[in-house]
Amino acid sequence: MSQLQNFTKGFIKENPVYILLLGLCPALGVTTSAFNGLGMGLATTFVLLGSNTVVSIIKDLIPSKVRIPSFIVIIASFVTIVQLTMEAFLPELFDALGLFIPLIVVNCLVLGRAEAFGSKKDTLSSVIDALGMGLGFALALTMLGGLREILGSYSLFGYKFIPGDGMLVFVLAPGAFIGMAYLIVLFNYLKKKTT
Amino acid sequence: MEYIAIVIGAIFVNNIVLAQFLGICPYMGVSSKVSTSVGMSGAVMFVMTLATVVTYLIYNYILVPFGVTYLQTISYILVISSLVQMVEIILKKVSPALFQALGIFLPLITTNCAIMGVALLTVQNEFNLLQGVVFAISHAIGFALAIILFAGIREHLDLMDVPKGMRGAPAALVVAGILALAFMGFAGLV
Repeated sequence: MSQLQNFTKGFIKENPVYILLLGLCPALGVTTSAFNGLGMGLATTFVLLGSNTVVSIIKDLIPSKVRIPSFIVIIASFVTIVQLTMEAFLPELFDALGLFIPLIVVNCLVLGRAEAFGSKKDTLSSVIDALGMGLGFALALTMLGGLREILGSYSLFGYKFIPGDGMLVFVLAPGAFIGMAYLIVLFNYLKKKTT
Repeated sequence: MEYIAIVIGAIFVNNIVLAQFLGICPYMGVSSKVSTSVGMSGAVMFVMTLATVVTYLIYNYILVPFGVTYLQTISYILVISSLVQMVEIILKKVSPALFQALGIFLPLITTNCAIMGVALLTVQNEFNLLQGVVFAISHAIGFALAIILFAGIREHLDLMDVPKGMRGAPAALVVAGILALAFMGFAGLV
C-alpha cells in the first residue's frame, strides 16, 4: 500500500466513525455544533498522532505481555497534555466538551490504532496512518456537528443563515442518533461508489 | 430524599446511554440478544460500583493530599484496567459459575467509557462515598434498562423488512434515537 493510500483511507474507505463504528461516544456526545465537533476531532488527532508515534518508536522495548497497559499509559499521558493545554488556552471549548476530553483515553479508536498499526509498522507509516485516521475522525465529527447545527439552530460554525430557532430535537440526544444513522448510510454508499 | 433524587436522576433523567452518550460501544456491540445484554449489564454493575469506590478513595486520600490531581486521568485508567484484570482472576477461582456468565464481557469493560465517566462524575459532583456508591449503582441500572429494552427491540428488528441500505447499524441507531426521544419525557422530573 502506498503512503498516499495509507493517508487517504481514513476519510471514506475506513472512516473510523461511519465505517468502522469506533469512537461512537464522543461522536454522539459532543457534536451539538460543528465547532465542538472539529475541536474534539483535532484533540483526538493530536492524541492519536502522539501515541502512535511513540508506540512505533518503542515497540521493540515493550514485552508483548504488558503491551496493552503500556499503550494505555502512553495514551493517558497525551490526553493529560491535551486536557491541561485546552483548559489554559481554550477554556470555552474545554467546558463544552467537558467529560469527553479525559475520556479520549478509553476511545477504542486510539487504542485500536496503537495495537493494530503502531506496534507493527515503521514510524513513518504510523505517523501517516495516525494523521489520516485522526483527520477522518475530525471530518466525521465536523459533519455530524454541522448537520445537527444546521437543522437544530439554522446556523453553521455560529453563522446564522436562516432566522428562527430551528428544530431543537436535533441539538438534543435523539438528533445525534438519527443524524448518525443517515450519515452511516451516506458513507456506505460513498464507499461502494469509490471502490 | 437526596438519595431518591440521585437514583431517579441517574436512571431516567440523565440516563447514561441515552442522555449522556457514555458506553455506546457495548450498547451497540452486545445488544443483539436479550440474554447477552443481561450478562453485560451484570458485569457493568459489578465493575462500575467497585471502580467508583476505589477511584473515590484514590482521589481523596492520595491525589488531593499530595496535590497531584492532574494525574487523575492516568491513575483512573490504570486502576480500572487492573481492577478488571483482578476481578477476572478472582472470579475464575472463587465463582466459576459467575465467571462463565460474565467472563467474556469483562475484558470489554476496560474500554467502556461509562465506567470511567461515572468515576469522574462522582468527583465532579463532590459526592461522599455513600452517595458515590448509590450514584454508580443507579447509573448501572440505567445502563441495564437502556440496553435490555434496546436488545428486545433489536430481536424483533431482525425479522422486519428494513430497506437494504438501512440494515444493521443505521436501523439500530434510529431505534436508539426514538428510545432517547422517549427518555426525554423524563426531563425535569428532579
